[in-house]
Amino acid sequence: MEHVKTIQAKNQKQLACKGGCGECQTSCQSACKTSCTVANQKCENLENK
Amino acid sequence: MLHMFKRAGMNLVLDVGSGAIHVLDAPAFALLEVVDEAAMRNGQMGELPKELQKTYGQPALEDAFGELCALVHEGLLYGDDDYREFACALGPAPVKAMCLHMAHDCNLRCKYCFASTGGFGGKRALMPFSVAKQAIDLLVALSEERHNLEVDFFGGEPLMNMDVVRQTVDYARSIEKDAGKNFRFTITTNGLALNDDTIDYINQEMANVVLSIDGRRKVHDAMRPLVNGDGSYDVILPKYKKLVAGRDKEYYVRGTYTRDNTDFDQDVLALFEAGFDQISVEPVVGPPEDAYTLRESDIPAIEESYARLMEELAERRKKKDGDFNFFHFMLDLENGPCAIKRLKGCGSGNEYLAVTPTGELYPCHQFVGNEDFIMGDVTRGITNPAMKEKFAQANLLNKTECATCWAKYFCSGGCNANNYNLCGDILAPHELSCKLEKIRLECAIALQAAVLLREN
Repeated sequence: MEHVKTIQAKNQKQLACKGGCGECQTSCQSACKTSCTVANQKCENLENK
Repeated sequence: MLHMFKRAGMNLVLDVGSGAIHVLDAPAFALLEVVDEAAMRNGQMGELPKELQKTYGQPALEDAFGELCALVHEGLLYGDDDYREFACALGPAPVKAMCLHMAHDCNLRCKYCFASTGGFGGKRALMPFSVAKQAIDLLVALSEERHNLEVDFFGGEPLMNMDVVRQTVDYARSIEKDAGKNFRFTITTNGLALNDDTIDYINQEMANVVLSIDGRRKVHDAMRPLVNGDGSYDVILPKYKKLVAGRDKEYYVRGTYTRDNTDFDQDVLALFEAGFDQISVEPVVGPPEDAYTLRESDIPAIEESYARLMEELAERRKKKDGDFNFFHFMLDLENGPCAIKRLKGCGSGNEYLAVTPTGELYPCHQFVGNEDFIMGDVTRGITNPAMKEKFAQANLLNKTECATCWAKYFCSGGCNANNYNLCGDILAPHELSCKLEKIRLECAIALQAAVLLREN
């Protein structure tokens, strides 16, 4: 494309069909620890790659 | 829903529903501001404002329109934003993480401490091994089919109870194989009591270690004095450097910024110059009346700090020189969490519990000391399942104010404790925190975009 560069094209909603295994790290959003947004975590479900 | 913004000279679009991120040139960005979703679904651009035609010319606008329509049809622009079908996956879940308050005591006197310099408003106390052992057993029992279990050694200052930390790790390791579990230990420390022995131990056993340090010496020492009032920077820095030099696992140096250092980008760079490449700084958590607590009027200065840091990191990555990891800009666009995780958020009170030195269970460390939130204890387990249910329901779908927010699938409704402590309701997002979250997310997205565009 000439006018648009897409830098992330995975549809997050579609990924959910293999998601929800719960094996990922908890994502404490409290600033008194290190506030994870969930987005900086890795998925630990190999099926979800 | 779309979020359109400009950072670092780029026109960026986040498609909230799909999570797709696009960088647009000027005509496409201008077009997207005036053409609605229906027009793109129908492929009918309609008549455009004359000013737009004059600036970019009809052919460029038509080309851009065609590209935008293609993204709409691929589900990457105005993608489906209805995640209610996943509601059934958001109820009470196995517990997979515990925060053990090894010491309700501390050897520093940090002025901004939310834990009342360690005691959490109660008596100073150390967790005995008997309580820690029961906590480990309870975690295994409540974890059901979960394999990966996290135990965070927290305080106060957990190094004040290091013997019990070691006993607890030994005990968990002794049962994990038969229990079919994998324990990951983390520890958060102010560094004061580190010695060669504890450094080696932490580097061997702890999957992650969070090392508290605020950045520049004067900033650190102003907020983090020793009991005698002297600064603690020169005591801890050599210990942290030694720990990091011998480490092959994750770590963070972690600072707090207050309204006294809204130019915290200088603290981040000072931490890098001091020898660290995994750096986190966080906004102070405190009551609105305290002098150091951030206010609405501090936001422009904070935004400038984040923006300067983003541009600095983009430049360093371009030059492949002096790069470091800044926690607030971490975004895993390729292998990030699934949508269900994004809806669930932190899991406090549901998948995550805090344990006090005397064995009470709380939804998380931030609720400790507020007895209304006691959920049970390590002997009897969860005696207040209604509380667990309440926290399980504190997911994104039930945080109604988040429904129209573009950042919702990145922040998942924020920190429940912050919501409760500042807004009186775990479901009510704290406005100032939301604003800071959005600034850091825009900068994180822009940094990724800048690097990816250059690589491609």
